[in-house]
Amino acid sequence: MNCAEIHHLLQPYADRELDLVHSLDVERHVKTCAACAAAINSLRSLHSALRDSDLTYHAPDSLRKIVRRMARASGEEIQSRSSNFQWLWKWLAAGATAFAVLTIILRPSGLSGHDQLLNDVVASHVRSLMVGHLTDVASSDEHTVRPWFDGKLDFAPDVTDFAAQGFPLVGGRLDYLNDHAVAALVYRHNKHFINVFVWPSPNGARIEKRENNLITSRAEEIEHFHGYNVITSSVGGFHYCLVSDLEEKELNQLAGLIGK
Amino acid sequence: MPHLDAAYNLARWLAGDDHDAEDIVQEACVRAFRFGGGFRGGNSRSWLLAIVRNTACSWLKKNRPQAIVSVDDDEVAQMEDPGQPAAAFDRADAGVLRAALEELPLEFREALVLRELDGLSYKEIAEVADVPVGTVMSRLARARRQLQSYLNRKGGV
Repeated sequence: MNCAEIHHLLQPYADRELDLVHSLDVERHVKTCAACAAAINSLRSLHSALRDSDLTYHAPDSLRKIVRRMARASGEEIQSRSSNFQWLWKWLAAGATAFAVLTIILRPSGLSGHDQLLNDVVASHVRSLMVGHLTDVASSDEHTVRPWFDGKLDFAPDVTDFAAQGFPLVGGRLDYLNDHAVAALVYRHNKHFINVFVWPSPNGARIEKRENNLITSRAEEIEHFHGYNVITSSVGGFHYCLVSDLEEKELNQLAGLIGK
Repeated sequence: MPHLDAAYNLARWLAGDDHDAEDIVQEACVRAFRFGGGFRGGNSRSWLLAIVRNTACSWLKKNRPQAIVSVDDDEVAQMEDPGQPAAAFDRADAGVLRAALEELPLEFREALVLRELDGLSYKEIAEVADVPVGTVMSRLARARRQLQSYLNRKGGV
């Protein structure tokens, strides 16, 4: 670049307002151009002269006091204005709360208990994968995972690693379903994760829609919900709920292993 | 109150008088507090300085109309000719520099004060003066050229 081209860049360069590419252009040019180098020096020396000459005026204390008083008054005014609305906000908040409570209490329509459970387990499964919170305790060792639940749950879930059968244990996690804390055991099959939710059946009572009362027997059911396969089963006094995007057949295989 | 010094400095340089500068800043603060809702985030310093600037300009128009000499921003800004020996201002006398700044037309003085004394970027100055960045650059260039020729004349170098 020649002087004419570089000329209009000198000021922004001295003011450090030039982008990197143009700055390098200027620097290359002034290495061989004494006149442009001198122009930059002149700009810089003017800058330091102005900066070092104590030309800045500072607000006098009298002004500072007045403005501070103004700020305080303005703050109070804003506050008193907003306090007029405070009762309104309170009522709105109370109204919203009441509405929420009523919605929860009067939630008869929508999802039945079982569908609600399906919805919840699928949501939990998706969430566990989405937020990178798959496990609270990451271990393929059942003797690590099982004791981890001690003191966190009021039951001891059966934890078995099925690596030999192609379903290695990844870890465990606490979750919350059907109004109580449940154990979530995480297994992997190829690249798919399976959440197995476990909780005790109260007195062997049924919470699923189709189960028989013999706690040693199995009641298994596979369902599809939002593209996920869900198997609910009840065995050995526990409810199990398996959720995954795994093929139905393979998920069934794991369900079979768990029940044994 | 943040930026009060910057506000006062700008008002003082525009009005050229302590007492007037105080009045201007007070009035600007009244406006700022009243229209505080008009502050939509971004740079609160530029926002306040723009209010100070507008207040100062209205005040000057009313009380000292002769102080407002509008500059022609269309005039192509020429930097000092690089062929000329560049001046060094390192030993310039503060009093002479102050007088030189006061000599400058309002728009030039404002741009140079905001740039050199308050360290505002081109973009911030553009916000304060409500002109495009290109105009800021042109004003700064012309302000510096005029300042330099004033200093050469006064032998402040």
